[in-house]
Amino acid sequence: MAAVRVEAVLAAAEEQEAEKRRSITVEKELELEFDLGNLLALDRNPPPAAALRGAGPRREALLQALARDNTQLLMSRLWELPAERAGGAGGPLVARLPEPTFRLPREKPPPRPRPPTRWEQFARLKGIRRRKKTSLVWDEQAKEWRRRWGYRRAGGDPARAWLAEVPAGADPEEDQFARLRREKRERVARNELNRLRNLARAHRAGSAVPAAPLHPTGHQDREELRRVARVARVSTASLGRFQPRLPKEPAEPPSRSGGKKRRFEPLLGNLAAERSRQLELLRDMGSKKPVLDITRAVNKQMRQEEAEAAAHKGKKQSQRGKRGRRQQRPGRSGKKSGARRQQKQQKPAGGGTGG
Amino acid sequence: LIYCYRKPKTKRAKRFLEKREPKLNENTKNAMLIRGGNANLTVTAVLKDIYAVKKPFAVLYKKKNITRPFEDQTSLEFFSKKSDCSLFLFGSHNKKRPNNLIIGRMFDYHVLDMIELGVEKFVSLKDVKNSKCPEGTKPMLIFAGDVFDVNEEYRRLKSLLIDFFRGPTVPSIRLAGLEYVLHFTAVDGKIYMRSYKVLLKKSGCKIPRIELEEMGPSLDLVMRRTHLASDDLYKLSLKQPKALKPKKKKNISHDVFGTTYGRIHMQKQDLSKLQTRKMKGLKKRPAEKLAEDGGATPKKSKSV
Repeated sequence: MAAVRVEAVLAAAEEQEAEKRRSITVEKELELEFDLGNLLALDRNPPPAAALRGAGPRREALLQALARDNTQLLMSRLWELPAERAGGAGGPLVARLPEPTFRLPREKPPPRPRPPTRWEQFARLKGIRRRKKTSLVWDEQAKEWRRRWGYRRAGGDPARAWLAEVPAGADPEEDQFARLRREKRERVARNELNRLRNLARAHRAGSAVPAAPLHPTGHQDREELRRVARVARVSTASLGRFQPRLPKEPAEPPSRSGGKKRRFEPLLGNLAAERSRQLELLRDMGSKKPVLDITRAVNKQMRQEEAEAAAHKGKKQSQRGKRGRRQQRPGRSGKKSGARRQQKQQKPAGGGTGG
Repeated sequence: LIYCYRKPKTKRAKRFLEKREPKLNENTKNAMLIRGGNANLTVTAVLKDIYAVKKPFAVLYKKKNITRPFEDQTSLEFFSKKSDCSLFLFGSHNKKRPNNLIIGRMFDYHVLDMIELGVEKFVSLKDVKNSKCPEGTKPMLIFAGDVFDVNEEYRRLKSLLIDFFRGPTVPSIRLAGLEYVLHFTAVDGKIYMRSYKVLLKKSGCKIPRIELEEMGPSLDLVMRRTHLASDDLYKLSLKQPKALKPKKKKNISHDVFGTTYGRIHMQKQDLSKLQTRKMKGLKKRPAEKLAEDGGATPKKSKSV
């Protein structure tokens, strides 16, 4: 009897557990896709179209039931995320969301790294680093800490300077105050000019990069658009000869190739040029020397390597300081040594591929 | 800011410009809600309700603007530039297209996608007499219907709606504060948008049982015209800078079953000289040691 009762109790407990779990489980044909970072759930199951056709409260009830099921699934997933109590033991239960996975387009294109200004290039070369300046400076006259520049600065208001010393070797009749004012104006103008030059350089460098995209970005200037339009016009099979022009578009200046795809020399023309060309061809065919000029190739390679090394050094300069510049790689100058080095490199390469 | 020809003269102006320049991690997208020249009461009510849902990341323009987005996009782009909004919702009404809503987004202040939707039925926030959830709640978004995956236009619409209603991206969220759900069902060429308030009921387990209560704006939409971005422009807009890609941790690999494996690289070890645990029982007794050595171990003699 006791056994029966125990069994009955266990069965009842099982029943209760199943009941509780049933209240939060939802049956779906296809699994939903979740993006918990965005609190998003995508249900691929086709909704019951026939039932939803008739307007009225029945449709609303069906839609609500569907929404309830989907929301239940989404909430179960969210509740399974690692949760913690924010702000100590008594704070609210907070779940840590993962990164959103659904790809959405950006608002603006990603920022492009700007090219360094003239000063920044120089500083990198010399190894000059920025020194953090204190915001307050001790003013001897006022006997207190004053700010470095701005309102109530350490040196006193420059506009109120009542004394301007005539420097040794200057014209005694010259107005020193006017000179100071003029020099300040010149400094400001030079600073502004340099800033605009840096900007123009950056703009030029930046526009050199996206040469490929022919679609309008809205930030191109007239010249660039004209260039792009010309490229688009000429890239037809007939090299743009039969492309219609807009009413106000100016006529294209006649191109050097005259609209032809290939250029041929006239048959009977320059006899001397033809003869020299033929002789040169025979000479190249008969000679034993390779056509590749090794010294020129080597020089080109060396120059490329030098440029790369300079760029690499430039990155390391800022850490090493002036020391880095004094150290130079030995034996880098001279064509001969370079050529010898190239030949030495070539032989093992030949040996490697042969063997 | 770095490309400004006119440098900002005040800190406030500098902050203003810094907020608008392109960044690695972008700001939350703002939406502008515009009324067309012939907007009627329904469309105005829709705009007002969506503004209430999207506050504070939305701007509702009070005056009517006489433009036609599908013909001329310059005025929309001008507004977008002035108010730094990349999402827009434009409402208008005429005999051919009654209760018209144009939902769209911008990339780099130029129109990327625009989809025209017609509102067939609208139930406003005011008409539903239930309790509402607080302003600025991050909504849960659910899309039901296989059409949202099969049809290209519906796919873009889904992406647009997610972008529109997403809200700010947060690293963690208070579980009790998940109160708002936006449910989109695509059936029979119509899209039903319903908003519900979530009630958490006790269930036996940790995960609560969900009950929904109708709240908020509900719209019956039908898709009209579309102006979708070309594939390459869309791909360009999706491009994320490399710096944002999650860094792969080296020497860690995962199993199908979820086991994490790690790799440790060790130098060569002399196994005979390894320091291991000393087991006293296995220690060589002095007699055994003598036998191994095969000779008398030289004993140190004390020098006098």
